[in-house]
Amino acid sequence: MLLKAGTAIVVVIAALAIAGPLLTPADPSAQDLPLRLVGPTLAHPFGLDELGRDVLARVLVGARISFLVGLVVVSVSALVGTLLGAIAGYFGGWIDDLISRIVDTLMAFPGLLLAIALVAVLGPSLTNALFALTVIGWVGYARLVRGQVLRAREFEYVQAARALGATTPRLLLRHVVPTAIPAIVVQATLGMAGAVISEAALSFLGLGVQPPTASWGTMLSGGRVHLLDAPHLTIFPGLAIALLVLGFNFLGDGLRDLTDPRQPRRAAPVRP
Amino acid sequence: MARYDGAHVLRFLARRFLLTIPVLLGVATLVFALIHLIPGDPVRTMLGESASEDSVIELRGRLGLDRPLYQQYAIYLKDLARGNLGTSLRTNEPVASAIAARMPATFELAAASMAVAIVVAIPLGILAAAGAGTLVDHLATTLALVGISMPNVWLGPLLAIIFAVELGWLPVSGRGTFAQLILPALTLGAPLAAVLARMTRASVIDELRELYVTAARARGLSRTRAVLRHAFRNSLIPIVTVLGLQVGAVLTGAVITETIFAWPGVGRLLIQSIGFRDYPLVQGCILLIAVTYVSVNLLTDLAYGLLDPRIRYE
Repeated sequence: MLLKAGTAIVVVIAALAIAGPLLTPADPSAQDLPLRLVGPTLAHPFGLDELGRDVLARVLVGARISFLVGLVVVSVSALVGTLLGAIAGYFGGWIDDLISRIVDTLMAFPGLLLAIALVAVLGPSLTNALFALTVIGWVGYARLVRGQVLRAREFEYVQAARALGATTPRLLLRHVVPTAIPAIVVQATLGMAGAVISEAALSFLGLGVQPPTASWGTMLSGGRVHLLDAPHLTIFPGLAIALLVLGFNFLGDGLRDLTDPRQPRRAAPVRP
Repeated sequence: MARYDGAHVLRFLARRFLLTIPVLLGVATLVFALIHLIPGDPVRTMLGESASEDSVIELRGRLGLDRPLYQQYAIYLKDLARGNLGTSLRTNEPVASAIAARMPATFELAAASMAVAIVVAIPLGILAAAGAGTLVDHLATTLALVGISMPNVWLGPLLAIIFAVELGWLPVSGRGTFAQLILPALTLGAPLAAVLARMTRASVIDELRELYVTAARARGLSRTRAVLRHAFRNSLIPIVTVLGLQVGAVLTGAVITETIFAWPGVGRLLIQSIGFRDYPLVQGCILLIAVTYVSVNLLTDLAYGLLDPRIRYE
């Protein structure tokens, strides 16, 4: 149920992001100043913003930014985290100590804080936001994969492969890391939700995507000064963020239920 | 049962405490490094392109950036140990006192949001667990997932539109009255409530599967008493732990919530300082938030170790 609902939401929003320009004739950056802040009408179903730009067209373009951020941050984080986590878990010793201390230090910064700090010094831009979110993103994967590898390297089939002379990279790639893949996929799906929220937050604070580029976070930031006279500037981009994040959370939870053998597929009714 | 004696508990506490020291040193080092990550000349970035050569040299000297890196680091750590976080570039006020003045507001908001979360989440989680698999459970779990998915950059403005703009019941910004606390506390507390409700549900369900609950029911205890007196009480430890671990989310959420509602706390100070390129103040805010987070995690771990006799102290 969760899996289906999540897939449906994510696929529909992805399709809307791709087909955006076909759905509305409006140009997301064309300004119509006399019509600024006008609410939803038939011609502009989501209304117009503070510069008279079509909000629907901008929400659709913003979806591309959200997917871009999610995909880049999650794939680079997962790759780096898996690699370093596998190395730490497999080799142990000083390599593990070094990587684990870096992970511990980065995890000592709550959530977005380190990303805010990095963008504050590097300068606000989409590229720096992507970099900052990746810097805080990989540690979760590293910790997850390290734990899985520590368990997997003791498995008999891994030891048998080692005894048969398999090289370390082959052992890691063919036998050890694949045991962590289901958990990585779940984390990556939930990570997409996290990246979408984080980008919105950074852009809202003025630290991510810079105007006039349309992103859901910058749109919310622009809407903040018009809460009284144009609430549609806040409602529609926010609804888009919440829906996409809900979709990825549903998908992640559904995948976890599917892949985690400790959890029953369906919660067995408990009647005390 | 030598494992549970006082010496072992003390050893566990000492070990956990010692493990925090390298983390704090790592945090301090990263915060120190921030200023060196500024592209180009950090002093010119702070003062702007039109700054005179004299003022650039003066500020570089004042920040100690004209010394070798190892000396800068040693001085930084020494100052830190004395509680000296430098001086704000904009106001010339000591960073430590500028942050201290904003701390009560942030703690007030964090405490209020956690109170909101506890009051909403625990009854919801218990209800869902007691009726696991029923409509009530499905509604509660879906509501929790929706709560987790609501970004506070949206929830805050949305609550402001409904309760301040449309209904006119509550003020939309500032601090001082109870009414001004409500919207920020709800914004910050809602995602926390969602996480806590899921955790409460999961841990009460785990406890309900235990034999002692069945035994209590067999002795004739009512269903409500079995849930509340037995299952819920035993599931409190994981719930308290999650609450402790969520302090990080609260602290980060406070940065956004304070910005939305013009709440004069450390989070808003951080964002304002970034805007003014007041880097000593930015470093101070980041350091304070991270150290608070590490300390709360340490306290949570210690409390967990003390509360749960099953934990191994080795």
